[in-house]
Amino acid sequence: MSEFISGFWDLYIAVLTVLSIVACGVFLKSQSVRKAGPVETTGHKWDGDLAEYNNPLPRWWSWLFYITIVVSLVYLVLYPGLGSWKGTLGWSQVGQLKDEQALAEKQYGPLYKKFASTEVHALMKDPEALAIGQKLFLNNCAQCHASDGGGSRGFPNLTAGAWQWGGDAAAIKATIAEGRNGVMPPFGGALGREEVKNVAQYVRSLSGLTADSIRVAMGKEAFLRTCVACHGAEGKGNVALGAPNLTDKNWLHGSAEPIVVETITKGRSSQMPAHKTLLDEARIHLLTAYVLSLSK
Amino acid sequence: MNLAEHSLFEVQRKIYPRAVRGWFAAWRWALVWATQLVFYGGPWLTWNERPAVLFDIAHRKFFLFGLVFWPQDVIYLAVLLIVSALALFLFTAVAGRLWCGYACPQTVYTEIFLWIERVIEGDRNARMRLDKEKSTWHKFGLKTAKHAAWLAVALWTGITFVGYFTPIRELLASAPGATEAFWALFYGFATYGNAGWMREQVCKYMCPYARFQSAMFDRDTLIITYDAARGEPRGKAGKGDCVDCGICVQVCPTGIDIRKGLQYECIGCAACIDGCDQVMEKLGRPQKLIRYSKGRVLRPRVLVYGAILLAIGAAMAASLYLRVPLKVDVIRDRAAIAREVEGGLIENVYRLQIMNTTEQARAFDITASGLPGIQVWGENITGVPATETRMVPVRVRVDGATPAGSHPIEFSVRALGVAGVEVREPAVFIVR
Repeated sequence: MSEFISGFWDLYIAVLTVLSIVACGVFLKSQSVRKAGPVETTGHKWDGDLAEYNNPLPRWWSWLFYITIVVSLVYLVLYPGLGSWKGTLGWSQVGQLKDEQALAEKQYGPLYKKFASTEVHALMKDPEALAIGQKLFLNNCAQCHASDGGGSRGFPNLTAGAWQWGGDAAAIKATIAEGRNGVMPPFGGALGREEVKNVAQYVRSLSGLTADSIRVAMGKEAFLRTCVACHGAEGKGNVALGAPNLTDKNWLHGSAEPIVVETITKGRSSQMPAHKTLLDEARIHLLTAYVLSLSK
Repeated sequence: MNLAEHSLFEVQRKIYPRAVRGWFAAWRWALVWATQLVFYGGPWLTWNERPAVLFDIAHRKFFLFGLVFWPQDVIYLAVLLIVSALALFLFTAVAGRLWCGYACPQTVYTEIFLWIERVIEGDRNARMRLDKEKSTWHKFGLKTAKHAAWLAVALWTGITFVGYFTPIRELLASAPGATEAFWALFYGFATYGNAGWMREQVCKYMCPYARFQSAMFDRDTLIITYDAARGEPRGKAGKGDCVDCGICVQVCPTGIDIRKGLQYECIGCAACIDGCDQVMEKLGRPQKLIRYSKGRVLRPRVLVYGAILLAIGAAMAASLYLRVPLKVDVIRDRAAIAREVEGGLIENVYRLQIMNTTEQARAFDITASGLPGIQVWGENITGVPATETRMVPVRVRVDGATPAGSHPIEFSVRALGVAGVEVREPAVFIVR
């Protein structure tokens, strides 16, 4: 109840709850004692002459109700329920969650510990580790990278062996744990429309795609002037900067000419969120092994 | 509150049903044996190296001989309940509270507990005498013996009950867990309380069936009746056949006098018929002074109930027989809708949740159909261990010329090497 600004509402709830319970008791008492005089009927009539006495509840039945009242009062003492009263047992939803997490940790902890101390390449050969890794992947990664790890437009394909930020276990682990910010600055202004088209043709030619040979020659010049800083003279990229290799067949945003033109003109900005706050060390370790296994 | 002063209800009168023998009592005992052999014996049967009947709640698997039910099969439970309800309607319409009188657990356990009581304390008169007796060692000994025997039966009943949820051999082999212990004691205590102490009060005050069964009665329903025309005027002086010996009242488990006509307490056990017939036989008078009324059995209500019951029963049997022991759910990848892959093909990704509901490991072949050139890319054979679920990412590729939009396709998952185990599931393929 701490989200209320004033203490009034805590009190309001507590008083209303207690009054309701007391009222139930009073009402119950009034209904379980027979009044003086002849027994009245309920006033209903069936089949012309069948009436029903309005007697109080059977005793065992009213006792059951009294017991529920006692139980509810005991409950309200033990558990939170009366306004801001925390209950003598100190139970809370967060506490219950923590308990369950601790229980899960106790149950699965040793398994994860075993995985955490196993080398990534050994884990990649362990079907049990990969099965758990797949579950982690489907829960945490598949939303962007697809269930098969194949990615989609703007989200890298993890099955191709083309690693924008490095493909060894340490790099992949860092990517998962710390996240990545991939930024390609816009070059539309610096290059101008025609030059952008030339560079696009050149970049496409690097992957062996069809390209206009004159524009390729002009584009190469511009590329060596402008793009070389990140993508390198051969267009092989730079894993330290997350600059993709432009000579392979993997296209993060698409290989069609208008898309490449758009990429160069407007630049691209992509984020891989950091997962170290969501997943612990052992799970990230296991995911690293699973992700690596996808491209093997 | 002075409870005695305010008590508005008749004080519970303890009923001492007298033992009875005869045709109907024999039927009841036959049903006691039949139901209890099934109940107590059930958990001990073995099938496929596991209990034949096991409701494994922790793993959500429900084993019934060769069948393995999953939570997804809850429809069979619903149908079973419908069949049970209709059977109750049918039997009640034909012969009144047949269930109550012969097969209801309340009747069956009361019968068993009464038998124990009779063996230890003696029949009706001996028991009434014993209860009036002052506290003596003799009385104390008999009562202790009776309750000990009752508790033993009740506890075993509770353990058997839990044996349907936890394999009974495992249950007995080691110290039971808290849950098992609780339910064994709870069920055992309920048996002891209901069959030992509550008895007819359960039927009279607690049981909902008892109340709504009378709604299924009509003028042709068989009920237990006293032939007043033949019996009255009763007694030694009377000319009627009823000698007013009171046996019919003494044997009644709910303590009513059937000679007053049909009453809501009557559970239709026919003990009074057996009791009266014996007396009539001794007296050399014709039997059946108390008997089942004669009614028309084949009447529209019965025929309709019977037809529906037969139809649903047959449908359930057919459905169980044709059931494919494989379940498949198709879940489309939602964020990654469609992607272009080498060769200009369009690829969609799905997760297939393949549930192998058999007790053998199986391999499944996944294929897709519904669009030109559609194919499952990569590994399309997947193994699933016995009674396990596997989540399989599946890539489906179609021709790049497929028009944009969503297209219905169909997955087929087929068990390799087993005929007839195939599930077809619809899905959607998106091209953009």
